[in-house]
Amino acid sequence: MSRARTRVDGPAKVAGVARYAADHPGPDLRHLALVTATVPAATISTVDTTAASAAPGVVAVLTHENAPRLAPPVGAPYGGRLPLQDNEVHYDGEPVAVVVADTLDHARAAADLVRVDYEVRAAITDFTAVTDLVVPSPPPRWGPADTNVGTPEPAEVTLARVYTTAARHHSPLEPSATHAEWRDGRLFVRDATQGVFGVRTVLSSVLGLPREDIRVVAEYTGGGFGAKGYVWPHQIIAAMTAVHLGGAVRLVLTRAQSFTSHGYQPPTRQRITVAAHRTGRIAALEHDSVSPTATYGGYVEMAANATRVLYAAPAIRTSHRIAPVNTILPTPMRAPHEGPGAFATESLMDELAHELGVDPLWLRLRNHADVDPTSGLPFAAKDLRACYREGARRFGWERRPLAPRSVRDGHDLVGWGMASAVMATFRFPASARVRLRVDGTVVVEAGCQEIGTGTYTILPQVAADVLGCPADQVTLRLGDTDLPETGMTAGSSTTLSVGSAISAAATTLTAQLAELAGADAVSLTGTTLELDGDPDRVVDLADLFAEHDLVEVTADGSFTPTDTGHSLHSFGAVFAEVAVDEDFGTCRVRRLVAVYNAGRIINPLTARGQMTGGLIWGIGQALLEQSTLDHELGRFVSKDLAGYLVATQADVGELEVAFVGEHDPHSGAIGARGIGELGAVGVAPAIANAVFHATGKRIRSLPITPENLL
Amino acid sequence: MPADTGFDYVRAADTAHALTLLDTPGAKPIAGGTDLVTLLRSGVDRTPLLVDLAALRGQAVRVEPRPPLGGPGIVLDALARMADVAADGWVRATYPVIAQALELSASPQVRNLGTVAGNLAQRTRCPYFRAEAPTPCAKRSPGSGCAARRGVQRGTAVFTADPDCVATHPSDLAVALAALDAEVLVESRAGERTIPVTEFYRPDAETVLRQGDLVTAVAVPPVAAGSRSAYLKVRERASFEFALVSCAAEVVLDGCVIRSARLAVGGVAGHPWRLTEAESALVGLELGAPAVRSAIDTAFAAADPLPGAVFKVELAARAAVRALRAAGSHR
Ligand SMILES: Cc1cc2nc3c(=O)[nH]c(=O)nc-3n(C[C@H](O)[C@H](O)[C@H](O)COP(=O)(O)OP(=O)(O)OC[C@H]3O[C@@H](n4cnc5c(N)ncnc54)[C@H](O)[C@@H]3O)c2cc1C
Ligand code: SF4
Repeated sequence: MSRARTRVDGPAKVAGVARYAADHPGPDLRHLALVTATVPAATISTVDTTAASAAPGVVAVLTHENAPRLAPPVGAPYGGRLPLQDNEVHYDGEPVAVVVADTLDHARAAADLVRVDYEVRAAITDFTAVTDLVVPSPPPRWGPADTNVGTPEPAEVTLARVYTTAARHHSPLEPSATHAEWRDGRLFVRDATQGVFGVRTVLSSVLGLPREDIRVVAEYTGGGFGAKGYVWPHQIIAAMTAVHLGGAVRLVLTRAQSFTSHGYQPPTRQRITVAAHRTGRIAALEHDSVSPTATYGGYVEMAANATRVLYAAPAIRTSHRIAPVNTILPTPMRAPHEGPGAFATESLMDELAHELGVDPLWLRLRNHADVDPTSGLPFAAKDLRACYREGARRFGWERRPLAPRSVRDGHDLVGWGMASAVMATFRFPASARVRLRVDGTVVVEAGCQEIGTGTYTILPQVAADVLGCPADQVTLRLGDTDLPETGMTAGSSTTLSVGSAISAAATTLTAQLAELAGADAVSLTGTTLELDGDPDRVVDLADLFAEHDLVEVTADGSFTPTDTGHSLHSFGAVFAEVAVDEDFGTCRVRRLVAVYNAGRIINPLTARGQMTGGLIWGIGQALLEQSTLDHELGRFVSKDLAGYLVATQADVGELEVAFVGEHDPHSGAIGARGIGELGAVGVAPAIANAVFHATGKRIRSLPITPENLL
Repeated sequence: MPADTGFDYVRAADTAHALTLLDTPGAKPIAGGTDLVTLLRSGVDRTPLLVDLAALRGQAVRVEPRPPLGGPGIVLDALARMADVAADGWVRATYPVIAQALELSASPQVRNLGTVAGNLAQRTRCPYFRAEAPTPCAKRSPGSGCAARRGVQRGTAVFTADPDCVATHPSDLAVALAALDAEVLVESRAGERTIPVTEFYRPDAETVLRQGDLVTAVAVPPVAAGSRSAYLKVRERASFEFALVSCAAEVVLDGCVIRSARLAVGGVAGHPWRLTEAESALVGLELGAPAVRSAIDTAFAAADPLPGAVFKVELAARAAVRALRAAGSHR
C-alpha cells in the first residue's frame, strides 16, 4: 500500500539532536588533521615532522616512514591507494601525513608545520590528452564495457555528434568524517558512510583484524550522493591511528579536502551517432564514451548504457574507454552512468527530431523500445508511454511551437524541451530481522543507512503493511554492523532490497504468530492480534506470549536478487521550460514537469522528496556544476562552495512530479524499483533541448554557461 | 588556524582606541568577519592582532545636508550592516542603486553580519588567491607569478592595468558607490582624509588603505532632482553568487533624452570601472536609441582581456546598456 508519511527523523534533524559521525564526544577523544600532497605526481624526498611533533597538544605525527603497515583491501570497493605506505604521490590532495592532537585547532596548526619535499614528476590531468586509452572492466551489474547487437539498416539521415559533461563533486552538507575507537582489542567506528559493512570489510582486511572485532555504526549520514559509497583513505587513516595509539580519534575532512579525498563524477567525452529513416525510425545507434580514471585504478562511467536500452534500434553499438590521469579515483555520483549518458542520447534525439522536422516526443514514441533492444529481454513492468502521455498533458506540450526562437518574453527567449529518463535498477543482497514485543512494539533491524532519503520513515511502512499495524508501531534500527547485513545505500537500491528482506521477515513473523495463535492468518493492532480476518476473534499479545512463555517473537528474512529474465530499469519523462536572457546568455529554469514509472511507490511524500531533489540536482548538472582542473598545476581550482556552484532555491522554478504504473512483480518482493538516482537523469538534456528551442543554439557541453549562449 | 600565526584579539572601546591598536604592525580591524575569518582560517591572510570594531557601530545611515550641491546626501556608518543599509527608507527612495546592489550581494545571513567598510575592503575572489594551498599568486606570495593568467580566466579583469595581478574586486556596493561619486572617510593617528571610491582601489584589487587606517564612514553626495538609478548583476547562479559582470547606473532624463548619466561596471577591473568616456557621449541621446550602445562601447575600447575573459567585454557593454535603461525607466 502507498501511504503518505512525514519523516520520523525530521524533528530530530530540525532540532539538531540527530547526531552524526563527528558529533560524538569522548573523554579521550583526539583529533586528526591530514597533510595532503600539493602536487599531482611526485616522489616524496623528505618529510620533516620535527616542528609539528613539538607543537602544542600534538600526540603523534604519522607519515609513510612510521605509519603501521597495511594489507591490501579485499571484499568491498575501495577507491584510494593505501595511505601512508610509500613515498609516492599520485594526485593532488593525496594524504602524506596525519597529525594527532588533543584539539582540532592544535592538529590543524601542527599539520601546517609538516614539511614535505617532493621530487615532482610529470603529471597528466587532462583526460582528453591521454592517448593510451584502457578498456575498463566494469562490475558485472553495470554491464560489459562494449556491446554490439544487430545490423545497421541503410539510412537517409545520419547525425554524428560529440557531447561532453563536466567533472562534478558530490558536495554533501556533511563532509566525510570518521570517529574510531580502539579498546580492549576491538575497533569501534562511527562513520559518515553509505555502507557500514563495506567499511568493516575494508578495515578488517587492511588492518588484519577479524570482522567480529570491528563494529561500524552510522546512525545518520548527512548526504552522500555516492561520495560515501566506496571506502576511501581517510577512513583507513582514522581506524589505523586509533588502533596504533589506542583510545578514540576523530577525522573530519575539510571542505577543500572533500574535493580530493574521495572520488568525483568524471567528465565524459561522448561520441554518438544516430542513423535514421525519414519516417523517423532509427536505423542504428552508436555511442562511444571516454572518461578519466586514476593512474592506480579503474573506474568507468558507463555513459553509453542509456543508449543500450532507450530505443528500439535494429543495431546498437556502444563502447567505454578510460584514460588514466593524476586525480583520485572517480566514483559514482548521483546519477551515475545514465546521468551523464542520457545528456548525449537525449540531446541527439532532439537533434534528430529537429533534422526531421518532427515533434521530439513523437520521435520518441515512434522508436519506443518494447523490449530491451540490447539484451532482447522484456522490461519489468515498463510504462514509459504513460510517462510521456501524462507528462505532456501536465506540461501542455501540445501547445509547443515546433520552430526554435518562437517565444519571447521581454528580454527572455523562452523554450520548451523534453527528455526521457532511464536508470538501471540495482539490487543488493539484504537481510533483516523483525521483532514483536509483548507491548506491541515492532522493531525492525537491518544494517542499512539513512543518508537523508527517508529510510527511517519508509522501511517501517513495509513491515507495518505485512503485519497489519500502523507504521508508528514500528521502529527501525539501522546503520550498525551488529545488525543483519545489507548492501550499500547506493544505486537507489535500499528500499527495494532491504524492503524485500523486511517484507520476508515480517511475513515469517506473521506465520509464526498465526501458528502460536492456532490461526491461518493474523493481523496486528496495538497489543492484540486479530485472527483470520475475523474482528470477533482477537487474542491479547500478553496472553499469547504468556501461554508460550515468550517475551518476544522474532523472525529473520532475506532478499537475494535473482535473475527473473527481465531487464530491470526505471523510466521517466522530463519536460522543461527555460528562459534565456538574450543579452546575457543566463538561463533560468521556469518549470519542470517529470513523470516517473518506478514500480510501487511506498510513500508518496518521501518519493516526491527524492524526485524533486533529483530534479534540482539535474538543474545543477545542466547549468552550474563544474569542477575545473588546472592542468598545469594538476589540481581542481575552486575547492569550496563559493566556487563550486550548486543550485540555490532561486535557481529552482516550479517543479511538478508524478508517478505512473504500479506494482513491479519482477524486481523484488515489494513491487518497488529504485527511484533516487532516476530523478537526476534526463533533466540536463530536457533543459539543453529547451535552450535550443529558446535560442536555436545547440549546446553540447555541460554545464551550459553564459559564454556558450552569448 | 596556522600555528605560526596565532593572534591577539582586542575589542576597541572607541575610535581612538582602535587607531592606537591599529598602529601595531600587521594589526587588522575586524567588523562582521565574514571575509576576514575565512582568509585567516585558510592561512591566506595573517595578523598578530585583530581589532574588533563592534563597539564603534553608529547609526547606519545619516541624512546630511551637503553643500554646495544643495540637497541632502547621506553618510553610511563604516560598521553599518549591509542589511540595515539596504532596508533604509531614505536609501531605497533616493539611491535605489545602493539598495539593489546590497540586496543582490551574498545571502541574507552574510548581509546581517557584513558591514559597509568590510564589504569595500573584502579581498578578491580569485580562486588561486583563495586556494587552500599556495599556488603561483603574486598577491599571496610576491614573485611567485600568476596562475590565473594561464589558468581559469573567467574571473579576471578585462582592463588589466597591473603587470602582476589580473584580479577583480568583488564588491557590488563599491560599484554602486563609484557611480554615485561617493567618498570613503578614513581616519588614522595622522589625521583624517577622504578618498573617492573610484580611487579607493589599486589596479590589483587591493585598497589603498595603509597600516593604521580605519574607515569610519562613506559619504554619498546628493543626487540631482529627477535622478534615477539601478543596479544590474549578471551571474550564472540566480542568487548567492558574485557578479560575472555588473553595472550601476544613475541617470537624469529630460523626457526620454539623457541629461546626465553615470555608469560604473564591476567584474572587469581591480576596481569599479567608471565608463567616463561613455558618460559624456550619452548626454543628449534618447534612452532607447541604438546610439546608446555605441556610446557605451567607447568606454571599452581600451579593454585588453585574457582569452578566457573576452566574452566579458561584450557582456559588460550589454549590462551597461540594460542598467542604464533600467535606471531610466525606474519610478
Ligand atoms: C558566501 C559569500 C558570498 C558573498 N557574496 C557577495 C556578493 O555577491 N557581493 C558582495 O559585494 N560581497 C559578497 N560577499 C562578501 C561580503 O559582502 C563581505 O564578506 C562582507 O561585506 C565583509 O564585511 P565584514 O564586515 O564581514 O568584513 P570583515 O570580514 O570583518 O573584514 C573584511 C576586510 O575589511 C577590513 N575592514 C573591516 N572594517 C574595516 C574598517 N572599518 N576600516 C578598515 N578596514 C576594515 C578587514 O580588516 C578585512 O580586511 C560574500 C561573502 C560570502 C561569505
Ligand atoms: S590574478 Fe592576482 S590574485 Fe589571482 S593568481 Fe594572479 S596574482 Fe594572484
